[in-house]
Order: sequence, then structure tokens, then C-alpha cells
Amino acid sequence: MPVEVRVPTILRPLTGGAKVVTARGETLAAVVADLDGTYPGIGERLLDDSGLRRFVNIYINDEDVRFLAGLQTKVADQDSITILPAVAGG
Amino acid sequence: MLRIGSDLVAAIVAHARADHPDEACGVIAGPGGTDRPERFIPMRNAARSPTFYEFDSGDLLALYRELDERDEVPVVIYHSHTATEAHPSRTDIDLAGEPDAHYVLISTRETGTEDGPFELRSFRIVDGVVSEEPVQIDGTFE
Repeated sequence: MPVEVRVPTILRPLTGGAKVVTARGETLAAVVADLDGTYPGIGERLLDDSGLRRFVNIYINDEDVRFLAGLQTKVADQDSITILPAVAGG
Repeated sequence: MLRIGSDLVAAIVAHARADHPDEACGVIAGPGGTDRPERFIPMRNAARSPTFYEFDSGDLLALYRELDERDEVPVVIYHSHTATEAHPSRTDIDLAGEPDAHYVLISTRETGTEDGPFELRSFRIVDGVVSEEPVQIDGTFE
């Protein structure tokens, strides 16, 4: 079953402008890989060599995945995933 | 150009002064597609720092959900610099994630928490490129 992924403005050029897309996967890592297969380039905007980029927030339903199991967090049918760039600076 | 009401400018200035010497941050939301800042939303600086700001991640999700429900967008994203000029820092440029927003900076380096003249400037930050833009406050040109 697909899950719904909400895409922030800055990544919509990669999704053909779509604000909500669907992806499949049993973990967040698998969902990101699936997204990158459909929308090449989105993976590297979300991940770096050490995992989830520091200033990218991904939420499953209402929870920041950093407070769950990060990329290993299980994703269930009908979960809603939201990607938001951090609002931060110096 | 950024057109903004003087009441909203006053709200940004008051927030920046209240949080000085830490950086203050927030959003002014407006109806999608209008580029009109209307609703002042001060945010907590989760970093509580004089040299860094970051919206708390839970607050960030709640903010964007609320904006979506109201068909609003973050027209202005503001933050203060408390020891340097009102110009985006290298970190601000690297982390800017809203290409359609006006990034408003206010500096409190001269007056701190006190009243007085302030420096407020607005920028677009897109793909690492900063462009300053004029700010028109309630019809007067500043």
C-alpha cells in the first residue's frame, strides 16, 4: 500500500510541481529510495553520507523521525509522511 | 519588492528587541499567491543563541499544517542579527529553504533591547544567490 508524502516547495521542481506524491516502502529508508527512483535526485536532497541531512526534517504522521528510529522507522499503510526543510540560519 | 504594513514591522522590531541578545525568528503568513504578509507568527528560537536560530521541529510541523489548512504561505521569514548587520550570513544562505519567501533581517546591534533606529532589510535567497529588494512600509519608501 502506498503512503502519502508531502513535498516542500523547494523540492517540487523534482516532483513536477506536485505537493503530495505517493511512495512505497516498509521503512523510511525504503520510502526515500522509492521516491528517488520515481523522482531522481530527491534522495540526495534528503540524505548525506551520515544519513538524514541535519537541516531536513521528516515526520511520520506527527512525529519527527529523529525521535523515532530515523531512517529505520517502520512505515505502515496509510501513514502520512511530511518533509520540511528546517527554518534556520545564523 | 516587499510591501509590508508598519504594524507588522513594529511587531518584528519588538520581538527582536525582546529576545536580544539571542536571535529572534518568525514568519508572517499571507494568502497563497498574493505575496501579501498579513498574519504575524513569532516562533521560538529552539537554538536560544546569539548566533543561530532554528524553529523547533514540532513547532515547524504545526506551523506548516496550519498554513496549509488556511491556504497560507510563509510570505516573510524574519530573524534578527544581534551583533552584525541585517544581511544574510553564509549559514542563512546555505540553509534558506523557501525560495518564494522574503527573508527579512533586522539588526539589534546598535540599540539592543532599547527603542531607537533600527536596520531592517529584505532579501530573496534562491539556490544560494542573495538579492536584496526594496522594502515599502505602508506606502512609504524606506
